[in-house]
Amino acid sequence: MKAFTYERATSVQQAVSMAASNPDARFIAGGTNLLDLMKLQIETPLHLIDINHVGLDKIEATDDGGLRIGAMVRNTALAADEHVRRDYSVLSRALVAGASGQLRNKATTAGNLLQRTRCPYFYDTNQPCNKRQPGSGCSAFGGFSRQHAVVGTSEACIATHPSDMAIAMRALDAKVETVKGDGTRRTIPIADFHRLPGDTPHIETNLERGEFITAVTLPAPIGGKQIYRKVRDRASYAFALVSIAAVVQPDGTGRFAIGGVAHKPWRMGEADAQLKAGAREAARAALADARPTEQNRYKLDLVERTLGAALAEAKG
Amino acid sequence: MKFEKPAEMNPIDRMKVVGQPIRRIDGELKVSGQAKYAYEWHDPAGSHAYGYPVGSAIAKGRILSIDSKAAQRSPGVLKIVTTLDVGDREKGKFNTAKLFGGSEIQHYHQAVAVVVAETFEQAREAAALLKIEYAEEAGSFSLKEGKLSAVKPKDAGGSEPDTSVGDFAGAFRSAEVTLDEEYSTPDQSHSMMEPHASLAAWDGDELTLWTSSQMIDWWRGDLAATLGIDKGKVTLMSPFIGGGFGGKLFLRVDAVLAAFAAKAIGRPVKVALPRPLMANNTTHRPATIQRIRIGASRDGKISAIGHESWSGDLAGGQPEAAVMQTRLLYAGENRMTAMRLATLNLPEGNAMRAPGEAPGLMALEIAMDEMAEKLGMDPIEFRKLNDTQVDPENPDRPFTQRNLNGCLDLGAERFGWKNRGKPGSRMEGNMLIGMGVAAAFRNNLLLPSAARVRLDRSGILTVETDMTDIGTGSYTIIAQTAAEMLGLPINRVAVHLGDSRFPVSAGSGGQFGANCSTSGVYAACLKLREAIAAKLGFNSADAVFADGEVRLGNRTVPLTDAVGPDGLTGEDGVEWGDLSETHQQSTFGAHFVEVGVDRFTGETRIRRMLAVCAAGRILNPITARSQIIGAMTMGVGGALTEELAVDERRGFFVNHDLAGYEVPVHADIPHQEVIFMDEADPYSSPIKAKGVGELGLCGVSAAIANAIYNATGVRLRRYPLTLDKMLHQLPEVA
Repeated sequence: MKAFTYERATSVQQAVSMAASNPDARFIAGGTNLLDLMKLQIETPLHLIDINHVGLDKIEATDDGGLRIGAMVRNTALAADEHVRRDYSVLSRALVAGASGQLRNKATTAGNLLQRTRCPYFYDTNQPCNKRQPGSGCSAFGGFSRQHAVVGTSEACIATHPSDMAIAMRALDAKVETVKGDGTRRTIPIADFHRLPGDTPHIETNLERGEFITAVTLPAPIGGKQIYRKVRDRASYAFALVSIAAVVQPDGTGRFAIGGVAHKPWRMGEADAQLKAGAREAARAALADARPTEQNRYKLDLVERTLGAALAEAKG
Repeated sequence: MKFEKPAEMNPIDRMKVVGQPIRRIDGELKVSGQAKYAYEWHDPAGSHAYGYPVGSAIAKGRILSIDSKAAQRSPGVLKIVTTLDVGDREKGKFNTAKLFGGSEIQHYHQAVAVVVAETFEQAREAAALLKIEYAEEAGSFSLKEGKLSAVKPKDAGGSEPDTSVGDFAGAFRSAEVTLDEEYSTPDQSHSMMEPHASLAAWDGDELTLWTSSQMIDWWRGDLAATLGIDKGKVTLMSPFIGGGFGGKLFLRVDAVLAAFAAKAIGRPVKVALPRPLMANNTTHRPATIQRIRIGASRDGKISAIGHESWSGDLAGGQPEAAVMQTRLLYAGENRMTAMRLATLNLPEGNAMRAPGEAPGLMALEIAMDEMAEKLGMDPIEFRKLNDTQVDPENPDRPFTQRNLNGCLDLGAERFGWKNRGKPGSRMEGNMLIGMGVAAAFRNNLLLPSAARVRLDRSGILTVETDMTDIGTGSYTIIAQTAAEMLGLPINRVAVHLGDSRFPVSAGSGGQFGANCSTSGVYAACLKLREAIAAKLGFNSADAVFADGEVRLGNRTVPLTDAVGPDGLTGEDGVEWGDLSETHQQSTFGAHFVEVGVDRFTGETRIRRMLAVCAAGRILNPITARSQIIGAMTMGVGGALTEELAVDERRGFFVNHDLAGYEVPVHADIPHQEVIFMDEADPYSSPIKAKGVGELGLCGVSAAIANAIYNATGVRLRRYPLTLDKMLHQLPEVA
């Protein structure tokens, strides 16, 4: 860990202006990922802006019948919220499938979106990694890649996005609300929030430097059976090999997003359209452009079978 | 004392304290945070600095230079000691890889420097500033490739690499039913809860080291050799150990770095291995490829059994002795075993809980299940039919006790084995349900072990031995032994362990610790009884020690009076005669497992587990049960998730932390039941106990593999048994 300076912001405005005046600063909320990365010197911020005291910890109804989730709402609180459990149960289920109770008590809504990959080569500073050290190469490509991405990959990076929460949000068409250093606000659909690796895997979201997430909004409830199915080698406390967030309507139509297969929550409109035809058709449409490695080719089959499990559960 | 003849009746047989379910006497210290583990010694020898170890970035080659100028200037840094600074060093006896010193790199994350600073954070930050220039060399990192050029090793931990009885090839060829399959087990990491840690303090040329060690005397000797000082100048203390599993059997580099660093700055230094360094810096259980051939008559009698195993290690290393149990477990007139060793440039392979038997049974007990199916026999009946009461390679050597069949029968009854259906026949919800069984087998090893006991005038009996308690319950069973021998309640016994100033014990490993260390305490207590009797003018053989008194005929003297104001001391140890040569001493058991396999995803979850163990006298059913259920848990990890993933290009274990190397979590472990057979083995020791700590692991993983087969009809032979190996063989679901 590199020595760093620290200050605490007590309002969003203050946090944003602190960030604008210090290009080496990072925001810290729950710190459940950033602190680990700092200890290993994968992240080396010289200045931390503590945003745990800026408020933004409420879940409120929006004018269009949806929900606005404050950026600082903890994962535990979000999963337990009665509106979320009633109207967006896929989100609640995704949250409790992730991490541990202790981590969920600290982790925030905005921080969860921004967590970084768990690729073991990213975590080992002796190894080349384009995400950690742009231009150094990708060690996972041709290496130990059993858990890596199969779709949307590039020569530069085959890492996955590790969040469960974000997969459910992608299925729900959430939007991310932000404020920039100059005070301008914008709303980013979650589909456009995370990036594919391309040639710049170190740039993981479309946030600008110093841009601050204030909330995530969910549109009005869409009903349907809401299912989150996470597949992993052990029963708890493991990142997904594959996960499916699905919302299935009584007529068999619906939508689904896939975790554990790409650099971002993976969802394809063509695949949603195939859902009524069955898991095989929908999974194949979602992964049509997949380029798996020898070690993670099984994920193609696993996505299909896991989606099958979700659809069976929706019927049952 | 030398134990040369089977034990007769002795005071232990009273079983008033020994064998009783007594809670850990150190439990209160542990749950209240007062038990000091290695990293928790704070300034016992003055204010200490912190050392942060740096591991090699390459797997094989040489260090050309280390530029430590930037690190040296970093805030708080006191000193940087590099492997080049200390130069080539004697390695000591027990490790294959050298730990520190010189320019040669033998494996990834080999220690190359320690950065010493006032605080841990300062040391860690500065460590990242070292600039190390390497000359990297090509290495061999693939066992599959190494197998092609593997050679017959000189020996395998003192055993013959090859054995042969009768005409295996001929008998196998002519057998009515045969099996010839290949199995593999991966590299595994001990992953004990407590990382390796040491605090070193010098007083002139004398070193005191607080550390986490299973084997005090082995460490002491090897540390002295590496430092180039006399063994007598080293004092080593390790009273509490947060798990070892073999990973703390041999000197580790935290001790070496702490010692060099403390010397360099003239102040105590504390060093812990960061978790991400542990998998590659220390030892691991080596991967194996195993071929098993079994030939039998149609009625299920084995006529030929052959087991070959290939593993790899650094040059000068040892094979993983995965064929050992096959030499002893089942009958069969024609037999062969063979071990071959490949030279690999991965980190050092060495002992991990039940070395040899654990991976060996992972393969053999699947093979037995497969063979039973080929024969159309129940796998329990097949095993029972091929039981042997003598060493099948040397029929003149009987087993001292062997009740494998009893374990299988009792387990079958308790587990509801008769309800097991055909493969793939039972489903609940989306889960395919299956049951599996495997035999457990582990030899009983004997090492010398000594102790000192002192009874003071207040009636407190103090035991001192350098025996270690790695979470096993040594404190408690030693107190029970001493209490039984002197006729005292356990609360009158104080036990001090893990200190090199005490008599040398067997230490903790190979499931020999409990039986050997309590035998050493037994011997010391006999000496104390003799001293007490002599003082009273009693014949010690006839004196009875009970209820805090010593009695002879109608004379009764309170022990406190007998020892007098200065107290009395007894010191002795146990050494072993040839009973383990004339007879075979082993422990046996049966593991039963029920699994559910998700028919969509192939995820396997354990539903029930039962172990039935026949392992001599059980000294304390609470601590023994803890050993077995912990081992069963390790077997779940070994079966389902644990694998050090080798990057065969770069030559290292990639998933080197507890996020990547998945051990079981609470949610993976269901109800576990353990049954101990009522035994006492007079051939094993005066205590008549044998080990249980490794027996509990032996066979568990194969029972899981067999249960998966029973659930799904999919036969997996390559561990870990992850869903990606199964998915394409599961029935269609779409």
